[in-house]
Amino acid sequence: MRKLFSGLNQIAAGLGIALSVAAAPAIATDLTFFYPVAVGGPVTKIVDDMAAAFEKEHPGIRIKPVYSGSYQDTITKVLTANKGGDAPHVSVLLSTDMYTLIDEDAIVPFDELARSDEDRAWMQGFFPGFMKNSQTGGKTWGIPFQRSTVVMYWNKDLFKAAGLDPERPPQNWQELVDYGRKLTQRDASGKVTTWGVQVPSSGFPYWLFQTFTTQAGVELMNAAGTQTYFDKPEVIEALQYWVDLSRKHGVHPQGVVEWGTTPKDFFERKAAIIYTTTGNLTNIRNNAGFDFGVAMLPAGKQRGTPTGGGNFHIFKRATAEEREAAMKFVKWMTAPQRAAEWAIATGYVAVSPAAWETETMKKYVADFPAPTVARDQLQYAVAELSTHENQRVTKALNDGLQAALTGTKTPAQAMQDAQREAERILRAYR
Amino acid sequence: MTAHPLGNGGRLAAIHGWLLLLPAAVLLAAFTHYPAVATFWHSLFTTPRGNRPARFIGADHYRDMLADPIFWTALQNNLVFAAGTILPSIALAMAMALWVNARIAGRGLLRLAYFTPTVLPMIAVANIWLFFYTPDYGLFDQVRGLFGLPAVNWLGSGDTALGAVIVVTVWKEAGFFMIFYLAALQQIPPELGEAAQLEGASRWQRFWRVTFPLLMPTTLFVLINATINAFRLVDHLFVMTRGGPDNATSLLLYYIYEVGFKFWDQGYAAALTMVLLSLLATVALLKFFWLERKVHYQ
Repeated sequence: MRKLFSGLNQIAAGLGIALSVAAAPAIATDLTFFYPVAVGGPVTKIVDDMAAAFEKEHPGIRIKPVYSGSYQDTITKVLTANKGGDAPHVSVLLSTDMYTLIDEDAIVPFDELARSDEDRAWMQGFFPGFMKNSQTGGKTWGIPFQRSTVVMYWNKDLFKAAGLDPERPPQNWQELVDYGRKLTQRDASGKVTTWGVQVPSSGFPYWLFQTFTTQAGVELMNAAGTQTYFDKPEVIEALQYWVDLSRKHGVHPQGVVEWGTTPKDFFERKAAIIYTTTGNLTNIRNNAGFDFGVAMLPAGKQRGTPTGGGNFHIFKRATAEEREAAMKFVKWMTAPQRAAEWAIATGYVAVSPAAWETETMKKYVADFPAPTVARDQLQYAVAELSTHENQRVTKALNDGLQAALTGTKTPAQAMQDAQREAERILRAYR
Repeated sequence: MTAHPLGNGGRLAAIHGWLLLLPAAVLLAAFTHYPAVATFWHSLFTTPRGNRPARFIGADHYRDMLADPIFWTALQNNLVFAAGTILPSIALAMAMALWVNARIAGRGLLRLAYFTPTVLPMIAVANIWLFFYTPDYGLFDQVRGLFGLPAVNWLGSGDTALGAVIVVTVWKEAGFFMIFYLAALQQIPPELGEAAQLEGASRWQRFWRVTFPLLMPTTLFVLINATINAFRLVDHLFVMTRGGPDNATSLLLYYIYEVGFKFWDQGYAAALTMVLLSLLATVALLKFFWLERKVHYQ
């Protein structure tokens, strides 16, 4: 761009034309911003509008938002570009990719970019539950943007039909089984027409499994991301509970339950209670033809859920000037008012307590209080499973979970195998 | 020997010939041969990470592969997948082609209907089939429900998932192969069939002794395509099963994708790619040197 402008200058000078436009300080900082879309709605338009609004307030910075597919597509594109020396300046990526990005030496910690006290105060402003996946080794590598947790949705009509209080969801593991028994409907031939509860297990079962392990009072990995605890007795017990829901109590479908069709199962009244992301809230609100409730997950020894979703990251390759501009952009995007608007438009959880105090958010939850459930559950939230070589370690766990759920391995066997594989992978990082 | 128009005997002619081949040769070398050799070269090194450069490790990746249970599962699945897709899709394609080649009412529509799966993108198709397979209210379970059969979790159980994925592939491929058979059938001179009919050959004999042998060149072509596709078509896995449950539907190429672009272990992915490459090379060699001799060209 600069070259083009200096070229224009020369031509203008050569022609003897007084070109005031070319003489103006048009040298702007251009930032490339990669972002994935993982929920429904006109997300690309919202992001484009936000970028345009930012440019208006910051004339020296130009943002080029690039829709880069799913989370998986985005990390693939970003890391490939990074290897080729052409990484974007800013990108939204899964918070769990933090260790991968550090190992690839791709990102800079925000601590290095935070100069003023105001910057540091801004970094302190997010829910601690969301920061657990954004910090390691005493540094902050990601800033929460589109974050979610697992919540429970229940069908009030089916509760009424089963003789249960439609306003009171199950509060603990035992109640979930008891309620499930009452809610599971069979026809004359014994075929199930409605399942009591459904927890999806395709694709990324580890995320749903983490709800049970957290409730069992155990964490799946250490904070440094170098050690997993898949074979701890509490973990095996949590898996046993999940497996028992279908195999022992008969209140949950057998085998692996598809993530993508679970909301549809809920709409079709094939499942009375489902576990899914807060990000599905808008979808369920628009499509459920009945009265439904949103609640915190039932407690085991305690309540619990992992967080999920994407963080902002700033890339190392950028110049100091570009990083500073990127920092301004990230700060602007996560400011309370924007966070509130973003949460309302998408269904993600607004990332800072200040965002919930904005007029916009207060007005929204006054009519529709369901989003507050996710916020209140954050106090029990833990970091989503994330280690070095994250996807490989996660796959070891996913394979084990699916083996147990389909009945090819016992929970203990499955978790011991997963732990052995994780040990082998992580040994190099200790 | 007369003087070559370009003079100087054969030498210039040879250069001339090479120059004509050059554009194709450059493209082939740049996009086929170099990547294959480079892949082999990379398979001998560790994957470079941020501050750890690649290190030569010889055949270590290949040794790891022998001990990698997921690799063996994927390989075994891929062989089952090949067996389950190649022959059924070819047989189905041939049957459909014979059917829509006959003089029947509305055959234009029928041809179109058979060809439709081919023009739909695999990702879209997989999303549709995902709902066909949904337990309880999916298409298959609704039909089964009419007969009072219980719901089946087709994609969520290790016993049925691979079969379910195979059915989608056959459905997707058969229409495409049908087009080739249809073209081939229309090339066969009708006199051959009529002559056989005069000799008193039955319908089956006419098909088996006349039509089928004359279709062999097409069958060879389709067979090669079907085999390549059996190792190449993994798009639907991304939507339908993501290789699960517990790797029950993981195929070689899908596993390579996972290792290469999810685990970022490109060295090991390169080694896995070499296995896939040598498998396909073996198949191609077998076909060209052995099967081709058995094919009758008109």
